Amino acid sequence: MELLVASAIGVLTAAGLYMVLRLRTFPVIIGVSLLTYAVNVFLFASGRLTPGAPPILTDAEVYTDPLPQALVLTAIVISFGMTAVVVVMALGSYLGADEDHVNDPPPADPADAPSGREDAA
Amino acid sequence: MSHWIILPIILPALLAPFIVLAARYHIGIQRTLSVAGAAALIVLAAAQAWTASDGTITIYQLGDWAAPFGIVLVADRLSTYMVLLTSVLGFFVLLYAIGSKWDARGQHFHALFQFQMMGLIGAFLTGDLFNLFVFFEVLLIASYGLMIHSGGAVRLRAGVQYVLYNLLGSTLFLFALGAIYAETGTLNMADLAGRVALIDAGDSVGIRVAAVLLILVFAVKAAVVPLHFWLPSSYAEAPGPVAALFAIMTKVGAYSIIRVYTLIFPPDLEVTAGLQGLWLLPAALLTVAIGMIGILAARHLDRLVAFSVIGSMGMVMIAIALFTPEGIAAALYYIAHSTLAAATLFLVADMVRGGRADLALRAEPALPGAALIAPMYFAAAIAMVGLPPLSGFIGKLLVLDAAIASPLVVWIWAVVLGTSLIGLVGFSRAGSVLFWKASATPPAENAEPRPAPGALAYTAVGGLLALLLALTVFAGPAHDYATAIAGQLFETGDYISEVMETPGKLSNPAEGH
Repeated sequence: MELLVASAIGVLTAAGLYMVLRLRTFPVIIGVSLLTYAVNVFLFASGRLTPGAPPILTDAEVYTDPLPQALVLTAIVISFGMTAVVVVMALGSYLGADEDHVNDPPPADPADAPSGREDAA
Repeated sequence: MSHWIILPIILPALLAPFIVLAARYHIGIQRTLSVAGAAALIVLAAAQAWTASDGTITIYQLGDWAAPFGIVLVADRLSTYMVLLTSVLGFFVLLYAIGSKWDARGQHFHALFQFQMMGLIGAFLTGDLFNLFVFFEVLLIASYGLMIHSGGAVRLRAGVQYVLYNLLGSTLFLFALGAIYAETGTLNMADLAGRVALIDAGDSVGIRVAAVLLILVFAVKAAVVPLHFWLPSSYAEAPGPVAALFAIMTKVGAYSIIRVYTLIFPPDLEVTAGLQGLWLLPAALLTVAIGMIGILAARHLDRLVAFSVIGSMGMVMIAIALFTPEGIAAALYYIAHSTLAAATLFLVADMVRGGRADLALRAEPALPGAALIAPMYFAAAIAMVGLPPLSGFIGKLLVLDAAIASPLVVWIWAVVLGTSLIGLVGFSRAGSVLFWKASATPPAENAEPRPAPGALAYTAVGGLLALLLALTVFAGPAHDYATAIAGQLFETGDYISEVMETPGKLSNPAEGH
């Protein structure tokens, strides 16, 4: 079980990072979503994996740490909202500029280029 | 239990939905409410700073749950100082936004502005790492809205970059928090300080990874090279008053580094020894260099100011990276100075934009209102570069003075003094092209006259400049207070005992409640 969870986090993170490094906004957003899935599982596992136990302090011998579950809920809600925002903004940007590259377009007139070319990432 | 500690968070949190729901179509009512809220925030922040100034640490337990089970807000010298700085900056930026009518160019400016204030103030006041993450998200999501206020394809594209970069930063933050929780079983800062100190130095892999992840997140917020790429585009494309408000956002990163790396991972802690000192100082030196060279290389005034923000963050980070009381005190003085100077410069750049086709640094006919804008630009530029007599000079002097004990003192002095010269050349060139060459350029024959900025806009910029002047004149008391803040930060015992020993629900778990 530990191996399964750990490799799931690893694969999700690797796939997410690969997608984030793409040039167009849609794959990048998918990549960010994958990364948030990975981090949610990671947060969940940070309270140790205890299958089949109640997430509450009781008189029982075995219980699961409830706090990571609360943290994950918060993180899920926030990342969901943020993803919605970035999808809407990316759509607006695509419809406004008629292209969806993440980086800045090359300037039409090189003499008039914005100074900070390295921030194009 | 003093409930008024949470008031600076509650007030904007209630005002913002009220503005959206009740005053949606009435810009006049929105403005009145927003300004009244910002003024009330200053009063609250000043009262809290006054209470904390004698070294009192006031805590507020949400729902009366005792730490570490509940979330606590902690008002000590550092957090009240940052809250006061935020509320003062917010007030003047708001005046400018109203004076320049930026707030009427799109929907919901005032509501987003109040949410932004709520997130900023909450981030400064909270005593819980996960709560810090939540307030980061509150201030970020408000900033996404503000950043693309009034729209436009270029601004939207810069906005998408900004949001994506910050989403990655947030994910990294969550990874860091998960790692910290897995290692220690708590996220309360005071509780963490106690538990991290107990970790065996031989078994420190997890906590070291967590500490480095956490400082990376804060370095993203503070725009430390090489994590600064999000800053120039987003600050340059954001509306002028929004960019001015964002001047405090990089300081949230600096504040978090100061708080976490004096309280939880203090520099003399064996488990994480050498983690931050090793590379933070070189990165800070690089940040100053990149920022100042960016000033010289910029072809647009807004990018020039954005790079000057990076440069001034580098100065702050140099002072922080020393991790001595003198260094932190210098950093705190410089934080106040650089916030005010950067905000002034962004507002001046916005005034210049109002009178020209764009902000490209080429000679164009004289601006309307240049007689006032030009002196304001030069005053703010002098402060930002660090020339006498304004506060930038005193701030740099304090940083250089604090660096004397560092083994890298030669590097620090060389980089700071050398880059100041580069920045000086960059700012003077921009100023002379924009303002002096203008009089030699005749206006086009059929050009329509552009309106000069309104009186309220001048008042806002003048107010910020007056604050810079006050920071210069009262540099002695200001530095004394910064030293007192640093002293309290390095005496972590008071903070920990105040948070952990204040009784509340569950303070004795055996009783059940």
